[in-house]
Amino acid sequence: MDTAYAERKPKEVVTPKKEGFDPGPHDDGNVPLYAARKKVYPQSVTGTFRRIKWTVLIVTLGIYYLLPFVRWNRGPNAPDQAVLIDFPGRRFYFFFIEIWPQEVYFFTGLLIVAAMALFLMNAVAGRLWCGYLCPQTVWTDLFLAIERLVEGDRRARMIADAGPWTFERVARAAVKHFLWLMVAWWTGGAWVLYFADAPTLVWDLATGYAPFIAYLWIGILTCTTYLLAGHMREQVCTYMCPWPRIQAALTDEHALNVTYRYDRGEPRGSIKKSEQLRQQGLPAGDCVDCMQCVNVCPTGIDIRNGAQLECIQCGLCIDACDSVMTRIGRPTRLIGYDSDINIEQRLLGEERRFQLIRPRTVLYASIIAVVGSLMLYVLLTRHDFSVAVIHDRNPVFVRLTDGAIRNGYTLRVLNKRLEPRRFALSLDGLAGSVVEVAGLPLGSSNILEVGPDQTREFRVLVSEYTFSPAPSTAITFHLTDIESEERASASDNFRAPQGD
Amino acid sequence: MARQQGNDIDALTGTETTGHVWDGIRELNTPLPRWWLWLFYVTIVWSIGYWIVYPAWPLVSSYTTGYFNWHSRQAIVEDLAALKAKRATMTDRIAQTPLEGILADSALLDFARAYGRAAFADNCAPCHGAGGGGVKGYPNLNDDDWLWGGKLEDIVQTIRHGIRAADNDTRQGSMPAFGRDKMMERGDILVVADYVRSLARLQVPANTDLAKGQKLFAENCVSCHGDNGKGNRELGAPDLTDQIWLYGSSKDTIIEGLMNGRGAVMPAWNQRLDDTTIKALTVYVHTLGGGEK
Repeated sequence: MDTAYAERKPKEVVTPKKEGFDPGPHDDGNVPLYAARKKVYPQSVTGTFRRIKWTVLIVTLGIYYLLPFVRWNRGPNAPDQAVLIDFPGRRFYFFFIEIWPQEVYFFTGLLIVAAMALFLMNAVAGRLWCGYLCPQTVWTDLFLAIERLVEGDRRARMIADAGPWTFERVARAAVKHFLWLMVAWWTGGAWVLYFADAPTLVWDLATGYAPFIAYLWIGILTCTTYLLAGHMREQVCTYMCPWPRIQAALTDEHALNVTYRYDRGEPRGSIKKSEQLRQQGLPAGDCVDCMQCVNVCPTGIDIRNGAQLECIQCGLCIDACDSVMTRIGRPTRLIGYDSDINIEQRLLGEERRFQLIRPRTVLYASIIAVVGSLMLYVLLTRHDFSVAVIHDRNPVFVRLTDGAIRNGYTLRVLNKRLEPRRFALSLDGLAGSVVEVAGLPLGSSNILEVGPDQTREFRVLVSEYTFSPAPSTAITFHLTDIESEERASASDNFRAPQGD
Repeated sequence: MARQQGNDIDALTGTETTGHVWDGIRELNTPLPRWWLWLFYVTIVWSIGYWIVYPAWPLVSSYTTGYFNWHSRQAIVEDLAALKAKRATMTDRIAQTPLEGILADSALLDFARAYGRAAFADNCAPCHGAGGGGVKGYPNLNDDDWLWGGKLEDIVQTIRHGIRAADNDTRQGSMPAFGRDKMMERGDILVVADYVRSLARLQVPANTDLAKGQKLFAENCVSCHGDNGKGNRELGAPDLTDQIWLYGSSKDTIIEGLMNGRGAVMPAWNQRLDDTTIKALTVYVHTLGGGEK
């Protein structure tokens, strides 16, 4: 909290009355426990940040709506959709990457990287995510644009809302809600395309043959998009989203935030009034109190009150203020990205300070680098087949009629390649033992066949005929690809009765 | 809780207070949005919908069943039927394929083993152990020793009709109670017990009269266990020369068997399980390790 600002512009203070004990009724009727929403009518604005926001909106929504239709040829045994979450097949496809359920740690890594990226953004330039990238912001922006297109800008909407329900107002409202619902419906429609072959599903949806779950999810997402982007808007950020609370705890005086430079703006006043003050040799600020920054704000706040929970830092007030400043010939960026420490520096008449390299930015960046490179390493070095072994628990070993000892194992072989493969099974660590695979004839060369993109379990029996195995002998199963001669191994123990 | 009249403004935050004071700490009034309250009312209305469509209120001897007559038992019956229908492509093939064919087809083998493992855990594990490891009196199904035969057709017969069970085709044959029914003298039983142990090359006291034991064995036991004690699968008579003992190889245990006989029962599962499940169980047991060709 910038103390200088608070001192200079004290709030209306009412001294608390003397406390007296009064066991009166709980509700005296004048304490509002629930506040009605103050409707926000954001005004349209043009400028640098508006252009950035339009670009981000087009790029992100473009990716979201079109990505399911991007094809990626993987060969005959796999889907050709570039990004696909295949729940029945338990696979996630992302261009050249295919993730199996047991590789869910990649998602853990992604979530860590995402969280750290959010923190890093916040440490560098505040709520970049909230202001530009968050789906809530992007869709709200789109819905606001539709509203403006149909019902007019801030003033027209305010006048219409204050007036009676004319035919025109009803018609415009109907068109607006129809368009909103269309966008919402497309949003839900694009969502389900990530979970099935997009062109097929589009056809099935159109002809009514898509699974019920697809229609259900389109319905759910149509409702949430329509409600959250059309009706809830800034209330999602203020009341529902946990990030503003976390963000407030993570920020510091070095972080750039959308800031009203009160050291330059105050005392505010009209052009005429500030001229008079200047002529009298009194201080006068650059803020002309035109309220443009308030009018364009999508959350309906006054940025001049300092950093606030509700502020998503979308930068539209910067554009609004800049256009006014340009028109009246004063320097722009009375509102701009600035940090608390800079304002203090300026008030002290010292150099501007911007410290990008700080312990927290270094920490976040290095966590991102470490987790990111670890994931990349695992991704690049992972095998396209593997084997795991589970020893039978009951019985741990079996005595055969001729006194030999046998152990049973379950071998689980993963073939991640999209073609069937054959592996030769061999055993190390127990010379003279006999290895059998259930379903394969004894004495065969134990060739294990696994289908494309599949896991297959084999029951393997190892029999020891030397009659004197130790209670536990370490053994290793090797699988060798018949064609490529790549090898994967799994270790376990061969158990025998104690003191036999 | 002390209470103040009117709503003051907190000096530090500029926020209105509720007027509630606890030990001098005043509560700021940060009102919830109005729609939040509406949502709360909506959830109350929604809950009334539950009362109407689902079972909700207890009555004296029953309960309100709800508009849909929903019942958790009915739900699981439907789920099971759906599961059965989903498995039908594979279970139908299991039903139509002879056992040898299932063993030869890798897809059917994998399915049958998984199906059989689940059925085994539900039905067989209480006696034979979770992995078919067996306990005293209940054979280990992983080894290569079979009382009634370890070929596919032997195993399926045993599972279908049981052993000494209430079934017309059940496997019959039991160890008589030589001692209890006075078929053998007590002293003779002790000699036979030692002789039987010697058949499996187990240690016997040096002064044992093995010749007498052999004579007694020939008179009483060979009809079932065979001339050299190798057993007879037709009668479920175990091989006495190998290393596997259903009840144990100690002299006391063998004497116990000779005195009181043996005749454990396995249920006939065709009365409880459908034939597809029995076939899957057969394949599972056969591939545990002891299956014979």
